[in-house]
Amino acid sequence: MNKKILFEAMRTLVAIGVALLLAFIIIFTVSEDPGYALQRFLLGPLSSLRNFGNVLEMAIPLVFTGLAISVMFTAKQFNLGAEGGFFIGAVGATALALSFELPPIIMPIVAILCGGIAGGLGNAIPALLKSKLDASELVSSLMMNYILFWLGIFIINNYFRDAQAGAMASHRLPEQVKLIRVLEGTRVHFGIFIALLMVILVYLFLYRSRWGYALRMVGLNIRFAEYSGINTKSVVLYSQIIGGIIAGMGGAVELLGMYTRFTWFQLPGYGWDGIIVAIMARNNPLLIPVFAFFLGYLRIGADLMSRVTDVPSEVVAIIQGIMIMLVTAERLLAGWRHRMIVKEKMQNQPIDEGGVQNG
Amino acid sequence: MDEILSMKGITKVYPNGIVANKEVDFSVQKGEIHAIMGENGAGKSTLMKILFGMEQPEEGEIHYKGKKVTLNSPSVAIDYGIGMVHQHFMLVPSLTVAENMVLGIEPKRNNVFFDFDKAVRMVEEVSKTYNLDIDPNAVVLDLAVGKKQKIEILKALLRGAEILILDEPTAVLTPQETKELFEELINLKNKGLTIIFISHKLKEIKQITDRLTILRNGRSMGVYDTKDISEQEISRLMVGRDVILTVNKTDAIPGDTVLKIEDLSFYDKGNKPVVKDLSFRLRKGEILGIAGVEGNGQGELVEMITGLKKASKGKIFINDQEATKLSVKNIRNLKTSHIPEDRMVYGVAAEGTIGENLISDRYDYPVYNTGLIQRVKDLVQKSNELIDDYSIKCDGHTQQVNMLSGGNIQKVVVAREFSSDPELIIADQPTRGIDVGSTEFIRNKLVELRDEGTAILLVSADLNEVMELSDSLMVMYEGEMAAYFEDASKVDEMELGMYMLGLKKMEVKEMGGALGE
Repeated sequence: MNKKILFEAMRTLVAIGVALLLAFIIIFTVSEDPGYALQRFLLGPLSSLRNFGNVLEMAIPLVFTGLAISVMFTAKQFNLGAEGGFFIGAVGATALALSFELPPIIMPIVAILCGGIAGGLGNAIPALLKSKLDASELVSSLMMNYILFWLGIFIINNYFRDAQAGAMASHRLPEQVKLIRVLEGTRVHFGIFIALLMVILVYLFLYRSRWGYALRMVGLNIRFAEYSGINTKSVVLYSQIIGGIIAGMGGAVELLGMYTRFTWFQLPGYGWDGIIVAIMARNNPLLIPVFAFFLGYLRIGADLMSRVTDVPSEVVAIIQGIMIMLVTAERLLAGWRHRMIVKEKMQNQPIDEGGVQNG
Repeated sequence: MDEILSMKGITKVYPNGIVANKEVDFSVQKGEIHAIMGENGAGKSTLMKILFGMEQPEEGEIHYKGKKVTLNSPSVAIDYGIGMVHQHFMLVPSLTVAENMVLGIEPKRNNVFFDFDKAVRMVEEVSKTYNLDIDPNAVVLDLAVGKKQKIEILKALLRGAEILILDEPTAVLTPQETKELFEELINLKNKGLTIIFISHKLKEIKQITDRLTILRNGRSMGVYDTKDISEQEISRLMVGRDVILTVNKTDAIPGDTVLKIEDLSFYDKGNKPVVKDLSFRLRKGEILGIAGVEGNGQGELVEMITGLKKASKGKIFINDQEATKLSVKNIRNLKTSHIPEDRMVYGVAAEGTIGENLISDRYDYPVYNTGLIQRVKDLVQKSNELIDDYSIKCDGHTQQVNMLSGGNIQKVVVAREFSSDPELIIADQPTRGIDVGSTEFIRNKLVELRDEGTAILLVSADLNEVMELSDSLMVMYEGEMAAYFEDASKVDEMELGMYMLGLKKMEVKEMGGALGE
């Protein structure tokens, strides 16, 4: 078991290393001053508290969408609806914030829950289609993203739009619904604690509750789950709804922590990024914040680099792509691993009489 | 005689760390029938897969007709004249015999179109040369297992095989078909073919082979002339101790009916009956065996009883409660356990830990949960108890199931299914493909549970197993009950074969005993 973890860690490191190496090569070929560009890219995020704060700010929504995706992927439900769920969650929180007046502390909690419900309802549709009609959740959740997007735009435009504002935007959010800042000199907000709380809750759910156990068994072998008497249809349903709820909460937290009005008129992309984070973390909820931070760091670093040098920030997209390809390549390093196993077995193969190994 | 092929110092380690072969030497002479013996998991199949180019060894050399060769794919092996008949046939059921035989080496007309007539001629030619009778125009789907095997052998011969590897060829055959196969093999040997015969059945080996190589635990235990070695010696070399694979059991003392099946039928998607109007009962403290060639409705019957499939017609009662339409969970709640036919598909989540696999039927019981949270400590303790009680050889409850040997994986399944206090056990091929030690253990456990009053339905393709373990015995043929014997110990193997092949069928009133009439 430990060897497996070591091996997976090695694979991740190799993937990151190869991807960074390629990025360096690109930087060296396109830049007039590659040394400076590289320095901004790698160390820029650490150069000031504000820059570091930017990394944390970016990691918060990634934790939510990464968790959402990892719950669904653990059940082998390839639902890509975290994007739409995130968006509609922010819409739900806006709708609540502009419709009701509640006391401080209570109000953001209710708004986040409202966002979660909106996200959960959005994902319930592909989930129901899968469990009742056996429709591929991959296709229906992708389509659902656009449905939820336009539904959200419709709601904001028709019920909450501020006609005085220049661009399309909702009315101002009331002060008592907003999440407080927690780090002086940055925009890092209370959402960071909510994100970490969610990491723990998702971990407890997946590894310490009977529903999480059923969910994991469905993911490992659905026929085994069925044979054991686990209600697999209900797992298919609740794994996706829970994913939607987490994504929706993420959208609400992002809105209440970072914005004064609802101003998105395109999908923000955190749902897709969540897939990257979940894949890098091998769906392990405890690793989600690590890779959310890592991805945030890369993004901010590239952004800082592009601002003062001639290297565009799109370099990050290349790094991401290569990392994901290598991490998902199951056979990467398989030869090395095989030699390791052979060597170990040759040294201490027990010569027991009558004991039987598989053949 | 000349040595046609030799393998020297072959070592093979699988990615999950299992050492399948360790410095194995093996050689065959031209024109002999050479057996590779060893129990399940001894490394017989791996050695042959290496010879057929399906696996690459870590160490070792292969010499063929005096030259060193590298066999890195089956097509290379075929080119050298090595052919293999796998345990599971590699045939396209919807195609004809001729089409299957020429697959990959199709004769062409004008270099473009498939020449069906020529294919038929090729098949007729090879079947005449080797005196193996087959109809080239028959569709494989409609053929019996014995015929399919014949196609596989001919397929290899058509490709110019000089060495023929047969991987446990008799495992799927009835006694009659086995006899026919042996006659054919001797005939092939007389025509100069070299045959490698993988098996763990002692009687067959004594009957047909010239020499034998014994493998144990991945190592070669030596080469012997078949006529110079006794069955007992072979068995001791295979297992490392004397094994008596007979089960000590007393007569059954059956009690009340636990499982009652009434006119049960199952129709497949094409509305073809797979199980037809089956009725029988199973009592407390009794083992009812179901014999039959695989694919005669046994699998569907088991799936209907355990709730994995819904019956098309008829009724199932477990302890007088109707269970026909219940879910798997509800049927399990009626104290039913199930050892599935294929342990890797249904029996375990191979990537899960041993602990996770041992609790899949009881993870949601109130004793293992406090409010929303599972009592992980209690679950771990239970897993460790089961690992001890069923002597599962492993590094601990957190080890992944797919790192275990076949026998130990089956013990994981058995430990879970036997430990839930079952009143009814459906055991489908409980010892298929596992080592002698685990087989003995599981068989004795079944008898022990019977003595404690559990009702056991045993489905097995292993004739020895059903005959040894069963108190009563029924035969299924094409979804129907072909025979029922009140006392399994009085059944003759050859007679059983007749019923299994559909050559004989009992009258309905002769089988009244199945219903207790």
